[in-house]
Amino acid sequence: MADPDRPDAPKAPDASTSPDAPASSEAPASSGAPASPAQTPPHDPSTIGPERPVAAPVVAERGAPPPPKGVLGFLVRHQAIVVPIVSVVLAFAIGAILIRAQGYNPTYAYRRLFEYAFLTEGGLLSTFQKTTPLILVGLAVAIPLKVGLFNIGGQGQLMAGGIGAAWVAYALRDLPAPLLVLAAVVVAVLFGAMWASIAALLKTTRGVHEVISTIMLNSIAVGIIDWLINGGPLADPAQPFPSSHAVPEGARLLPLGVIPWGLPVALVLAVLVAWMLRRTTLGFELQTVGRNKFAAGYAGISTTKATLLAMLMSGGLAGLAGAFELLQIAPYRYQGGIAGSLGFDGITIALLARGNPLGTIPAAVLVAAMRAGAPTLQFDLGIRPEIVDLLLAITLLMVSLPVIAKWIFRRHAVKQTQLAGSWGA
Amino acid sequence: MEWLNRNKVWVGTAALVLVAAYVFYFINGTIAVSMFSNAWFLAVPLVLGAMVGVIGERSGVVNIGIEGQMLVGAFAAFFAAAATQSIVVGVIAGALSGLAMGAFLAFTTVKGQLDQIIAGVVINIIATGITSFYFESGKTIPRGLPNFDVPLLSKIPLIGPVFFSDGPIALFALVIVFVIHVLLFKTKWGLRTRAVGEYPSAADTAGINVIALRLVNVSLAGILAGVAGTYLSMEATSSFERGMSSGRGFLALAILIFGAWRPMRALAAALFFGFMSATASQLQASDVVNIPQQFINLLPYVLTLVVLAAAAGRVRAPGAVGQPFVKGD
Repeated sequence: MADPDRPDAPKAPDASTSPDAPASSEAPASSGAPASPAQTPPHDPSTIGPERPVAAPVVAERGAPPPPKGVLGFLVRHQAIVVPIVSVVLAFAIGAILIRAQGYNPTYAYRRLFEYAFLTEGGLLSTFQKTTPLILVGLAVAIPLKVGLFNIGGQGQLMAGGIGAAWVAYALRDLPAPLLVLAAVVVAVLFGAMWASIAALLKTTRGVHEVISTIMLNSIAVGIIDWLINGGPLADPAQPFPSSHAVPEGARLLPLGVIPWGLPVALVLAVLVAWMLRRTTLGFELQTVGRNKFAAGYAGISTTKATLLAMLMSGGLAGLAGAFELLQIAPYRYQGGIAGSLGFDGITIALLARGNPLGTIPAAVLVAAMRAGAPTLQFDLGIRPEIVDLLLAITLLMVSLPVIAKWIFRRHAVKQTQLAGSWGA
Repeated sequence: MEWLNRNKVWVGTAALVLVAAYVFYFINGTIAVSMFSNAWFLAVPLVLGAMVGVIGERSGVVNIGIEGQMLVGAFAAFFAAAATQSIVVGVIAGALSGLAMGAFLAFTTVKGQLDQIIAGVVINIIATGITSFYFESGKTIPRGLPNFDVPLLSKIPLIGPVFFSDGPIALFALVIVFVIHVLLFKTKWGLRTRAVGEYPSAADTAGINVIALRLVNVSLAGILAGVAGTYLSMEATSSFERGMSSGRGFLALAILIFGAWRPMRALAAALFFGFMSATASQLQASDVVNIPQQFINLLPYVLTLVVLAAAAGRVRAPGAVGQPFVKGD
């Protein structure tokens, strides 16, 4: 594991996606210093000199094997990308067997799925519309993971944000459209953060494990919102199904071609979160708490503050996803199924991305494409769209099994986060 | 006598509850029996789920996947019974699917060293995926599991009709709590299991095979989750709906913590949860208060948060829960 004494050490597992990774991986060779040991991991030369013989013994973990050279060495350094790709391929292979068992042609099914999702205009728009909230809920799981928290409450936080946006969009419907959109988005972020803060406060003050509290808060959100839109104060009685009032026409975020408004926002936020985690003091504090909260305590970093901030950010991002679901997708009303299984897809995405904020982008695009293409399978081939749920579940299993990384990399496999240790404490 | 002294708080509380229940029974027998029956009806899957948790966590393995294990149990039981038109086959299928799900958790976490919480979440998501992909509407089973009266015991006022005039799984749940209590605290297996959950390296030094014991315990506990699912689709109702475990597996975890990882206290906690829900429904039905139905439905979840916040610091989890065991580490 990385050494908490070195601020650049936490970056090592993520180095594969950072732009300076190729340069830094050549650094030991180009420096040519005989004193520099071969096992120096790739590091960022801008924050720490390429040759620091004093620091080198600290880096050399006891029992850590030297990284192999050649193709295997390349793969080992980039295993944060290699393992998810292998997992997805394996999951699709298992999925192919299941599709075959149902009497359909799996290659044709996969081709139709991705052709629709990426090569048709309607499909691409749908893919991007689904990518928006998926990046955000993926980040909502990834940030707390860095602090050693598992936020299963993305679903409830997204719903809280969505209903907040629906409330503001109807209550302030006379405002000019840009202001109305801004107000709805701000309130959605606040509602999402507020919903997450309940779990965070229960954790910091009473020690209630966040996995149970966020699961309960998901169910509570479903119940309260069902009451609000089904005969409660936010219900639109003219609708046949439980539903909120529609967002005023001017405030609807219609897509620009195939690009929905939320997509650039989500992309920028993913980059911002990555920057925050890697380059700011706050990010360093969060990661230190996640690695070893006792060491963090000695260094004067407050675990309470890190827990609260991580959960608030996470809730805010999920709430924002709820706002986009409401404002940019027809029927522009809050209805029962608006959250779908977004919260749980967020878990799959964060684990596929190995908790890396930038990794949530390709992971979200993949999941979004599968979700967008699912109806095609039903219309064209008669395969039940639930196959996508099953495929995603198998993908999640494959990507989280440490066995796969060990199978490819043997003793070079990077250890994964341990979450279950704080259970019941 | 010594036992009575050590447990006087619990015995006192139980006696008080019993007296209160009988006072209620003599004031209005019909409503009392219907409320307590409803409370036990709601508590059965929670009790079974909590027992899955007790065995797993006492052995050092967190099980967040009880929810998914129950769902698969309900699914397998119902569709096996529908396919063969035999309720016996249904019950066996439910139990065996639970065993398979338990073994899945055991092998991924104990052997594969997958993080236990992630493993549980994976189980829940896979369970949802499987049960919705292979779901078929319009299937029926010949009948649900029949109710029957236990001779003599069912004649006791109040307790008889509530606990002893029931379906087979409800009776099984009542018995299994006592069985697990005895096994856990009075047998060699129980001592070993608790040692493995508290201090695995010490247990290992004493010659106990930590890995094997955890594998067996977590796998077998899965059977109880499968039976809980069978209760949902074949005893409480005779139909399967998507997502029909609807959070009971998670409530079972809360009950496990509230019950301080002890079978008998978990039974009491489950009865308390069931009774609170039954009370809310009764108040609603008799027009005493006018609370929207949605709020009554979410009472157990709110109660869980309150109870966990109150229980925090008063109860202690088994020492090694959540930590994978690596020999010689």
